[in-house]
Amino acid sequence: MALAQAPLLEIDQLEVEFRTETGPIVPVRGVSLRVDAGRTTALVGESGSGKSVTSLAIMGLLPRPFGRVLAGSIRFSRRNGEVVDLATVPPRGMRAFRGSEIAMIFQEPMTSLNPVLTIGEQIAEQVRLHLRLGREAAKSRAVDMLGLVEIPDARRRADEYPHQMSGGMRQRVMIALAMSCSPRLLIADEPTTALDVTIQAEILALIDRLRRENDMGVLFITHNLGVVAEIADVVTVMYAGEVVETAGVRDLFHHPRHPYTRALISCLPEHALRGEDGRRVVQAIPGSVAGSLDAPGCKFAPRCVHAVDACQAAHPQLDAVEPTHFVRCDRWRAL
Amino acid sequence: MAGPMNEAPLVEMRALTKHFGRPPMLVHAVENVSFSVNRGEVVGLVGESGSGKSTIGRLILRAIDVTSGSIVFDGTPIEAMSQRALRPLRRRMQMVFQDPYASLNPRLRVSDIIGEAIDAHGLARGAARAARIAELLNIVGLEAGHAGRFPHEFSGGQRQRIGIARALAVEPDLIIADEPVSALDVSVQAQVLNLLQDLRLRFGMAMLFISHDLDVIRLICDRIVVLYLGRIMEIGPAESVCGSPAHPYTQALLAAVPRPDPDRPRIRRMLHGEIPSPLSPPSGCVFRTRCPYALEACASAVPPLRDLGDGRVIACVRDDIEFDVPV
Ligand SMILES: Nc1ncnc2c1ncn2[C@@H]1O[C@H](COP(=O)(O)OP(=O)(O)OP(=O)(O)O)[C@@H](O)[C@H]1O
Ligand SMILES: Nc1ncnc2c1ncn2[C@@H]1O[C@H](COP(=O)(O)OP(=O)(O)O)[C@@H](O)[C@H]1O
Ligand code: SF4
Ligand SMILES: [Mg+2]
Ligand SMILES: [Mg+2]
Repeated sequence: MALAQAPLLEIDQLEVEFRTETGPIVPVRGVSLRVDAGRTTALVGESGSGKSVTSLAIMGLLPRPFGRVLAGSIRFSRRNGEVVDLATVPPRGMRAFRGSEIAMIFQEPMTSLNPVLTIGEQIAEQVRLHLRLGREAAKSRAVDMLGLVEIPDARRRADEYPHQMSGGMRQRVMIALAMSCSPRLLIADEPTTALDVTIQAEILALIDRLRRENDMGVLFITHNLGVVAEIADVVTVMYAGEVVETAGVRDLFHHPRHPYTRALISCLPEHALRGEDGRRVVQAIPGSVAGSLDAPGCKFAPRCVHAVDACQAAHPQLDAVEPTHFVRCDRWRAL
Repeated sequence: MAGPMNEAPLVEMRALTKHFGRPPMLVHAVENVSFSVNRGEVVGLVGESGSGKSTIGRLILRAIDVTSGSIVFDGTPIEAMSQRALRPLRRRMQMVFQDPYASLNPRLRVSDIIGEAIDAHGLARGAARAARIAELLNIVGLEAGHAGRFPHEFSGGQRQRIGIARALAVEPDLIIADEPVSALDVSVQAQVLNLLQDLRLRFGMAMLFISHDLDVIRLICDRIVVLYLGRIMEIGPAESVCGSPAHPYTQALLAAVPRPDPDRPRIRRMLHGEIPSPLSPPSGCVFRTRCPYALEACASAVPPLRDLGDGRVIACVRDDIEFDVPV
């Protein structure tokens, strides 16, 4: 691709360190990924793999003073065309991005909403901050925002408090807050994990519609491969702090290259095999991620059915299978 | 399905109803629910949050009292039994919980967590007790040498195995498992699902398996009971309910489950609107406010359970619906 547009977000070799009582840990040590305008990149991985830490690093929200970016870059294309490395922007400087160019929604909206303000007031406040609107204009913009996220009877619901709403409605409010300043990048950290499936389907459709209509890039964090297939254009799989595979969504499901990605797809209940005794055997991955963190070679080697001695020794680099498909496994050609 | 048809069910619920609080804050948690679990059978209770799944589990265990209706365990009505009279039955029903972190006492060693259950029913002492604990750890795939460790030294999946060992310690006839794999990562969830199936084959106990995850339910259960707002929508064999749902709610629930298949048409939104409050459930069919097939008649009377043959029962007045959306 000649003259390709700069990606909206491009993370390269990100490493994050936390200082803890028992010494420093590096929960993110090899994250490279990109999000393009108008497209959704899904970041998948099991609990503790470093998905949320990655998103906090992008937002400049790593807990200070214990967390910091050790190495790597987080390049972001601003609305004015300038490309900045968010990893080097000082905390005060991040305020220019957060909420205006980059917005984030979380799994549990209640913790990010103010319990003593009506949802209309909260959105109006946000809008006034960023768009410098007057009181009345902000209030009516807030009602519009609630309509945008398909909250029925928006004028009346604007006067409700967060606790009066269901989990699904609160997540819509969070999305309205995030959208109120037309961000170029939306980071969604497991926004539907706490919701029932029928409500989840609605929220996924909503996020997808907003992405399309606003040409917004979405980094969608989830551990659910069903959700990935539903919403992603590109998928980045993490294991124990590292990206192990990145591919287009069809490619990833049809031609997974990394043994971990393959195992993750195979272990879903719907891919269970019918045993002779009537059992439906799920193809579990032996062991747990706990044994992987300190592995010197490939982090997945302790659980990998394809591992050979070399895998325990040398740490594999991300290798290009195709220009848009990367895998961190030295044996991918042989498998 | 296990057990000959003429054998009495292990546990049978008849018109089970549970209300919490009092008007105007009366919660209709479980309303007129009837179903049974046969010996050796795994029955799944599925429904969205607040549909009454956990409440039914707690009612059977008599952790809470029924508002009305009856629970017959192995031929004996237990809904009004004193806690004292219940003691011998307690041993025959065991619970496995969702949260492997919260359900184990952090100050007890694994040997004491499992040993407590053994002691409570006086099942073994001394060397026999220690041997039994080692055996149980073995059965659930943990090392006997781990008996001296504390819960925090184990991963989530391992803690869930400890919870299962504790339940197995008393050789129960019925295990009530409330979202036992919901807190686990898929790779670990798979291990626990395999373990539960092994145990069932090996010991033949019955299970009431509570989950909001239809894929998991379909995998592990013989029959499924689908709940919505405290009421039964559909009952039937797992494969037929999931393969060709007969009730509009079951259909919608299945259609909403995201599938790991990128070629499937994306985002089929079927249902609109919120789940109504259990404080004021809709009249007639409780699903009618979100049902795409609702008629005026659906508001007037609660649809009675209708037998479709093939072991299937649904609560829907319409028998003319052709579902056009593939599951
Ligand atoms: N403030 C912190 N201090 C120390 N360690 C932390 C901190 N926040 C996260 N970690 C550790 O970093 C690792 C990655 O955590 P992270 O929250 O990114 O996981 P995740 O992939 O989002 O998992 P989940 O699916 O459970 O949300 C974990 O081992 C976690 O314990
Ligand atoms: N102790 C209680 N007091 C009041 N309401 C309760 C209590 N326990 C459960 N409920 C209510 O009963 C309904 C069913 O709850 P539950 O059985 O926990 O649902 P599920 O397990 O299907 O998510 C919900 O509306 C819930 O809020
Ligand atoms: S009774 Fe009416 S509202 Fe209820 S499920 Fe059937 S068609 Fe829908
Ligand atoms: Mg997280
Ligand atoms: Mg529950």
